[in-house]
Amino acid sequence: MATAVQTVERENYLNSDYGIKSWLLTTDHKRIALLYLVSITAMFWIGGFFAMLIRLELLTPAGDLVSSDTYNKLFTMHGIIMVFFFLIPSVPATLGNFLIPLMVGAKDLAFPRVNLLSWYIYMVGAITALTAMVMGGVDTGWTFYTPFSTTYSNTHVMGAAIGIFITGFSSILTGLNFIVTIHRMRAPGMTWRRLPLFCWANYAAALIMVLGTPVVAITLLLVALERAFNIGIFNPQLGGDPLLFQHLFWFYSHPAVYIMILPGMGVINEIVTCFSRKRVFGYEFVALASIAIAVLGFLVWAHHMFVAGISVYAALVFSLLSYLVAIPSAVKVFNWTATLYKGSIRYETPMLYAFGFIGLFTVGGLTGVFLASLGVDVHVHDTYFVVAHFHYVMVGGMVMAYMAGLHFWWPKITGRMYPEAWAKLSALLVFVGFNTTFLPLFIVGYMGLPRRYHAYPPEFQVLNVLSTAGASILAVGYVLPMIYFLWSLRYGEPAPPNPWNAVGLEWMTPSPPPTHNFDETPIVTWEAYDYEHQPQEEVTVGH
Amino acid sequence: MATSDIQVAEHALQHHFADMEQQQETSTFGMWMFLVTEIMFFGGLFCAYLVYRASYYQAFVEGSQKMNIWLGATNTAVLICSSLSMALGVRAAQMGKPKLMAVLLLITIVLGCGFLGIKAVEYHEHWVNHEFPGPNFHFETGDPAHPATDPVHTEIYFSLYWAMTGLHALHMVIGVGLVTWIIIAGLGGAYSRAYFTPVENVGLYWHFVDLVWIYLFPLLYLISKKHGG
Amino acid sequence: MWKNLPLFPERASALAWQVDGLYFLLLGVSAFFTLLIFALILVFALKYRRSVHPHAVQIEGSLPLELAWTLIPLGICMIFFAWGSLIYFQEARPPKGAMEVYVVGKQWMWKFEHETGQREINQLHVPIGRDVRLVMSSQDVIHDFFVPAFRVKADVLPGRFTELWFRPTKTGTYHLFCSQYCGTDHSRMIGQVIVMEPVAFQAWLSAEGATGTLPENGQQLFQQLGCATCHRFDTQGRGPNLTGVFGKAVLLDDGRTVVADENYVRESILNPGAKIVSGFKPIMPSFQGQVSEESLMALVAYIKSLAQPQPNEPGGNHAPAPEKSNVQ
Repeated sequence: MATAVQTVERENYLNSDYGIKSWLLTTDHKRIALLYLVSITAMFWIGGFFAMLIRLELLTPAGDLVSSDTYNKLFTMHGIIMVFFFLIPSVPATLGNFLIPLMVGAKDLAFPRVNLLSWYIYMVGAITALTAMVMGGVDTGWTFYTPFSTTYSNTHVMGAAIGIFITGFSSILTGLNFIVTIHRMRAPGMTWRRLPLFCWANYAAALIMVLGTPVVAITLLLVALERAFNIGIFNPQLGGDPLLFQHLFWFYSHPAVYIMILPGMGVINEIVTCFSRKRVFGYEFVALASIAIAVLGFLVWAHHMFVAGISVYAALVFSLLSYLVAIPSAVKVFNWTATLYKGSIRYETPMLYAFGFIGLFTVGGLTGVFLASLGVDVHVHDTYFVVAHFHYVMVGGMVMAYMAGLHFWWPKITGRMYPEAWAKLSALLVFVGFNTTFLPLFIVGYMGLPRRYHAYPPEFQVLNVLSTAGASILAVGYVLPMIYFLWSLRYGEPAPPNPWNAVGLEWMTPSPPPTHNFDETPIVTWEAYDYEHQPQEEVTVGH
Repeated sequence: MATSDIQVAEHALQHHFADMEQQQETSTFGMWMFLVTEIMFFGGLFCAYLVYRASYYQAFVEGSQKMNIWLGATNTAVLICSSLSMALGVRAAQMGKPKLMAVLLLITIVLGCGFLGIKAVEYHEHWVNHEFPGPNFHFETGDPAHPATDPVHTEIYFSLYWAMTGLHALHMVIGVGLVTWIIIAGLGGAYSRAYFTPVENVGLYWHFVDLVWIYLFPLLYLISKKHGG
Repeated sequence: MWKNLPLFPERASALAWQVDGLYFLLLGVSAFFTLLIFALILVFALKYRRSVHPHAVQIEGSLPLELAWTLIPLGICMIFFAWGSLIYFQEARPPKGAMEVYVVGKQWMWKFEHETGQREINQLHVPIGRDVRLVMSSQDVIHDFFVPAFRVKADVLPGRFTELWFRPTKTGTYHLFCSQYCGTDHSRMIGQVIVMEPVAFQAWLSAEGATGTLPENGQQLFQQLGCATCHRFDTQGRGPNLTGVFGKAVLLDDGRTVVADENYVRESILNPGAKIVSGFKPIMPSFQGQVSEESLMALVAYIKSLAQPQPNEPGGNHAPAPEKSNVQ
């Protein structure tokens, strides 16, 4: 209670109106962000539950915990839920929704009703997919490879495909809203060069959502039609081409990887600058790297198909382009590291997560270079090496960034501080647990264990047991924040408008922000990350 | 007149925009972005079409010869006319003539429904002739001198035909609904010289759907008149 | 301990060394950069912590540095690219004269057929030191033939042939995995590749026995299916004479030229209208759904055998028999 806390709470977006209806019919981007937060958190736990069952099954070489059909459904549903219903909406739909209007100094996103619509579409898609899972599940893998998915699988492929198809539109609408907002809704003085890099990163991700999602939507629609009418677009027995599916699918699903990671990178920019009290090193390069990733990301899809029977020359071109897309990511990592140089660094929880992100993303990115290399990819393709690689990027990278962002902006979103000590502990647990889970899988992968195996030869057991042990630490690391975040809603210390003494328009309005974000439209006269002119904080808050 | 224009405009200004200009630019920009996603949406189907047309050219020729070119051509003409009346309707809205706009848009709707009606006749013909992919699909390779084309490959042609024209027709139905909404709102005095963005945006949508058909018609109906190659 | 906890796969093919070499280079470079980043973060975080370094020094950025860490990684990547591509080229180009084995993948087993007619399920016997080329296709969904010890892998697709080759350099029994998810028993679609000394392999072949070599079986089918009525071994047939066609360039009706490889023969049987040989009419019916994967492979093997020099056989309607000398 050291800081001045107003005794009469001023009106903000949370207390301006009460009741279910005021939430379900809201067009306020901040409330919609919270609707998304609740929904994707639920999906995260469902997907995480499947992951735990998978890891438990893999404790022993024999497939003894669940049947092989059940196991196949588990990894399929884990993939579908985590990719389409958690990772893709995670940072954009929650933090992006909440922060982009605040960061550019707008009262709301360009199309508030479209924003609400996107949440409803998400929910309809999620419920459709979940219904398919409750009715018996899907066993095609999240990649829906044909002709297995179209002709041979006896599970609820249709329901899952339609669920993802529907959710695709929510992603498209979110992306569209972000692009238009960043183009047209910036406050006076907020030029492109003054834009927080979080906005640049989300802008790049939004481009992919708008350009890529329709393609996967139509592809999954064709899969559903093929199942329904037995047409032969992807079925070789009816003259179709199963590789066409892979091309269309990866045309979206590879860039989708960047939908997941780019906003995470955006979060890291904000946090690294804030806790080292420095302008980001090489602002233009970091901003352009985001766009470069989005553009190049569209040109590398066939690196998922090096052993699928594409021509040698196509493979060469896609390998080369895959190396090129690695460069902007490397540039970002170097710039973040350089930002720390001669900074004034504090180890708050978000910063710990950010350190974790940079390290783990580096590992994930570099192992991606292994996969881009044709000769090595042939050996490690579809093995646990790939599984470890993309979990390093998706969980070690993206989920770390999401947790970092959630801690960083939690005071802004809820108006409450979280308990710092617990948060630091959980950050540590996540880091240790994550590495114990996935580092052994690189070795398992290079030794040649294919992914999606329900039972495996006994020589792989020791490393698998290690991995499962790590997964249980990781689980604790994720359960803790869930508990203390909920606890803080009631018992957390009230947060001041700017607990981290950060720059950025979102910190210049009260916590939680008023319904219209700013009492008066801000006029921006300073550069992004202008920590030079930000007074050093006198009072440390909260802990 | 001028004051009421401004009143309409002020009424239409949503709370989160600074002024009408920003609101107008924002919605138009959003509409263009939406059309970009639509292009990608159809793009997946066009891509599949091109791949299979290259692989099974003969089968595609035989499939396309089952199309009723006269109905298709009439429909193309109908759609082009509807785009013209749409464009004139938008112009009427810009000039602040809601009644003229309503009449022109009504013509657009009539033409749009005409298109759908003709399409329904075509669909019915295909259905009766078992030219619908699935268990009832039946296709006699038209020319006994060319047994080399496999009905299975013609089925792919028809799958794509139904998927592409079906998706297009769905867009037409949505378009008719949107234009109806514009007419009702316009007669209710929602638009003026100062505010007509929704009319413009629906116009953009209509032209886009029209444009898709301009590509579909030659690709599906006019592959080749010759038998064999 | 290492017997129960191996950390590296066995190396049993000529190519394995090359793949591992590149892998170690990648590993070394990655370890260097990972440690570099970790070390820099650690050093900066400690050295510039708030309590000892309360005022940050603002640095805008540095063009030379940006260029350095764009171009240096790019250069390193190009080395990886070149090396990786060289290996890939070797993997994609089977050497001439390789021993051929035909592979059919189906849910959930591997079926092998040697040229000499021996059939195996989930086990593949090969001799050490000899190039082995697999011609593979799937009867249902996509599978993937993967032998970690050889560092090779290729998807096995329905509706077309894919290929893969290796030269075993070490006798032993190695894992064979299906590494493309294919349904319920994907993890049981595994088997063994058994590399034997040449003598032992010959002994195994004769012990195994076979009902006719693969080309012989193909020849029978060629007669049964009526192919021979049009594809005669003179110039009078309604279809092209297939002697000596395989592996050669074929001029098509529309002016294109294609090489008559396995996939061309396959397509010509299943979708004859796709590529019409110049000078012939598109009159051949499709055999889609009438020949199994195994029959197709036998037909391909037969047509392939027609292109091999047969000094003792007279021309004419009687097809040349394939070389049998391998068996005895």
